[in-house]
Amino acid sequence: MSGAPTSPYEGHVPVLRLGGVLLVTLQGDLYDSAAEQLRQDIGRTVSDSAVGGVVIDLSGVEIVDSFMGRVLSDVAAMTRLLAAQTVVCGMRPAVAITLVELGLTLPGLRTALNAEEAMNLLGATVSALPRRGRREST
Amino acid sequence: MTHSTGSVSACLPIHSDLDLVRARQQVRQMTAQLGFGLVEQTKLVTAASELARNALVHGGGGQMECTEVTGGGVRGLRLVFSDRGPGIADLDLALSDGYTSGEGLGMGLGGARRLVHEFRVDSRRGEGTTVTVTSWAAAPPRPREGR
Repeated sequence: MSGAPTSPYEGHVPVLRLGGVLLVTLQGDLYDSAAEQLRQDIGRTVSDSAVGGVVIDLSGVEIVDSFMGRVLSDVAAMTRLLAAQTVVCGMRPAVAITLVELGLTLPGLRTALNAEEAMNLLGATVSALPRRGRREST
Repeated sequence: MTHSTGSVSACLPIHSDLDLVRARQQVRQMTAQLGFGLVEQTKLVTAASELARNALVHGGGGQMECTEVTGGGVRGLRLVFSDRGPGIADLDLALSDGYTSGEGLGMGLGGARRLVHEFRVDSRRGEGTTVTVTSWAAAPPRPREGR
């Protein structure tokens, strides 16, 4: 996993909608402008559609600096205001160690080990809400 | 400390967020070649990202010089970030957690200091700022720098 190629993202980060959850998979090294764009895209998608949760998968991300940390924590705060929950998952151990030493423990952020657990975490929360989306069959 | 310093292996401009990506990739590649462990690689790449962004945002752009160094039989990487910006008015304040003069979490300078083995800032009002950091491939437990 650590040998994954690092390809910089210049354009959009794919934001995939699965039922009532938005799945955002970050890969490689993100440009600052792409991270800013992502924040706006998530905000728009959450407010335009009945999305109750956002999962941000960081398993393909090799570093999170204070800028990226701020984007993640802003997205979490923003989605909360838009009546949705954000769960960050798949953070690599080296990234977690570095963030703590950097002084960024991001206390407002909900986390899960992987995307599946994040979906489960949100599934439980989302189904308790009236805004259920189309997750009936799962 | 007596270190033997190699010649500058790379000098990258820092003028855009694309340059930040390039700087991170350069540091990642060099630390991997020098035999840094994954955690130490990640720490130095993250510190480089913070310092390069400082040079870009606060210094109006600058450059990063990468130099391989050797000390006590251990190989390391020295990074020098320099800009010709306004300089840092209050260094102690800039190094304290939570202080920010721009957007960000205010963890850039103080946070970067904790991620590297050696850290030095030279800043002159109106002339610019130079931050020099060094990390080693295998380092003994280190005393905390500063107060």
